[in-house]
Amino acid sequence: MTSRTTTLNPGGIASSGRGRLGDRAFRWAVAAGGITVLLILALMIGSTTLDALPVFSSQGIVDFLTGITWDPGVSRTEITGTYQAGVFMFGTLVTSLLAITLALPLSIAIALFLSDVAGPRVARPLAYLVELLAAIPSVVYGLWGLHFFAPTVLKPVAKFLSETLGFIPIFEGPVVAFNPFYAGVVLAIMILPIITAIVHEIFRAAPAAERQAAYALGATRWEVMWQVVVPRSRPGIVGATMLGLGRALGETIAIALLIGGGTTINISLFQQGESIAAKIVNTFQESAPEAIDALIALGVTLFAITIVINMAARLIVRRLGDLSGEAIS
Amino acid sequence: MRVTTESATMTTPTMTDPAVEATPSQPPEIRPPGAMVPPRPIARARDASAPRNEPEARPANPAVELSDVSIFYGAFRAVRDVSFSVPAHAITALIGPSGSGKSTLLRAINRMNDLTPGSRLDGEVRYHGTNLYRADVDPVEVRRRIGMVFQKPNPFPKSIYDNVAFGPRLNGYRDNMDELVERSLRQAALWDEVKDKLKQSGLALSGGQQQRLCIARTIAVEPEIILMDEPASALDPRSTLQIEELMAELKENYTIVIVTHNMQQAARASDRTVFLNMGDDRAGYVVEVDDTVKIFTNPREQLTEDYISGRFG
Repeated sequence: MTSRTTTLNPGGIASSGRGRLGDRAFRWAVAAGGITVLLILALMIGSTTLDALPVFSSQGIVDFLTGITWDPGVSRTEITGTYQAGVFMFGTLVTSLLAITLALPLSIAIALFLSDVAGPRVARPLAYLVELLAAIPSVVYGLWGLHFFAPTVLKPVAKFLSETLGFIPIFEGPVVAFNPFYAGVVLAIMILPIITAIVHEIFRAAPAAERQAAYALGATRWEVMWQVVVPRSRPGIVGATMLGLGRALGETIAIALLIGGGTTINISLFQQGESIAAKIVNTFQESAPEAIDALIALGVTLFAITIVINMAARLIVRRLGDLSGEAIS
Repeated sequence: MRVTTESATMTTPTMTDPAVEATPSQPPEIRPPGAMVPPRPIARARDASAPRNEPEARPANPAVELSDVSIFYGAFRAVRDVSFSVPAHAITALIGPSGSGKSTLLRAINRMNDLTPGSRLDGEVRYHGTNLYRADVDPVEVRRRIGMVFQKPNPFPKSIYDNVAFGPRLNGYRDNMDELVERSLRQAALWDEVKDKLKQSGLALSGGQQQRLCIARTIAVEPEIILMDEPASALDPRSTLQIEELMAELKENYTIVIVTHNMQQAARASDRTVFLNMGDDRAGYVVEVDDTVKIFTNPREQLTEDYISGRFG
């Protein structure tokens, strides 16, 4: 031992310098990576907020968030129009909620099928196909919805719903050519693979020992799934839902193509709506500088909504995750 | 009399069943009234023509009888032509070296092997005369009557209370759940340690406590037989001793089958011992079945003596 130390490091323990340069360089390299991320984030938040600030201050933050008038001006230097985000925030939330409502149960069902019902010979290719769905670009989803899915599949469904359940305000007719319902359903298909893939992983991670314990108590396969696998996976399901919701909130192209471009709040899913992202992409090009600032203010609002939802999700996940040791109630 | 009630619910006609005829010798009912009786028959009708003769002298009133049982995983035969009986209200230990099929056999008794794709069983596993592998027997019902405690404690990530209540809730138990939970925890010798923290997660307990929680959870569905797959192998010596003492108490009410690697444990805790070995074809087979005292003091087979004296395995 002693001889080996002296051979390799003749200077002894105090003066060792070999390899330290590499360590230091590596440290700086990864630190630079971390700092770059922070810098980009700071730049983004800073510049957008700076651009949006005049809009917020001229409109008043409360009016901006709750009002429903969007009347852009044409000035290059000052804010002359009226900019209120209510209609678009409503459209964003409605389509996202509709998408989550449709996608979540289906995702859980598919994930359970893959993890606990289908054998590996069926589950493996099917799981791969589901992941493949996530790789389709959103503009393709939008065009497919526009030219095929909405007119041939969703339209009859919407007509049927408005005729039979039209007394419920959200299903009230008439059904216009493009509407939040179409956008929401296509959005559901888009976020389905993400949620399914994550939930599937979570279900697979449920220990076999717990499943066996339940079987040994006389549980049926159904009972094992609903009373062991799903409950223990609740934090993960919430997390997956929030990830899907995040994607739904920010989704732009497919929604812009399908939502209909409304200018007022319609409670009915079958009448034109507009989302934040769709409004930005649809009007950015023909807007005067002041209106562009207003669109950036919309973007900041969307960012804020996403952050709030993410933080709420973290809180929920932390509360649900407490099962692993501490008190439950 | 619990056994009478259960047998009568479960198998008709009961007159010709020796297991039922023997019930007067059973210990009296210890459970309070309102205890759960398995609601549904295990199978639609009883197989009256099942052969009942066994070459080897078998204990009176067996709870389970295995005859010519072979178990396959795909093409691989894990267990070959195993026959033995499990006496009621006693502890039967399955011992033998690794690969001799102890756990496989144990899991065959409550049809847990069904959950392993590609597994298959030849021969018969009779429970009060009914072959558990008959086509019309529902494995879910089998497992409600024949519970299982696993090698590694596996409580659910739920509260202590909910862990114990899990099985009864599945069974649609609607009586006083608090009482059933307390009784099960008492029987598992865990009540005094957890009575003030029933709402805490079962995972917060120590390993030995977790295992006793798993035993309480199994007891709560009031099975007739409890299978234990090396229940103390992951525990420290003190917890091991607690589990063994617990088993001795439980055998008054339950029939226990235990797989163990620990020779002293088998000698200390069991009444009857089945010694298995792995054959040249890598399939497990029975070398010797006898009262534990006999196996450990005066075995018939040289192989048994070699094994219990630590010469192999």
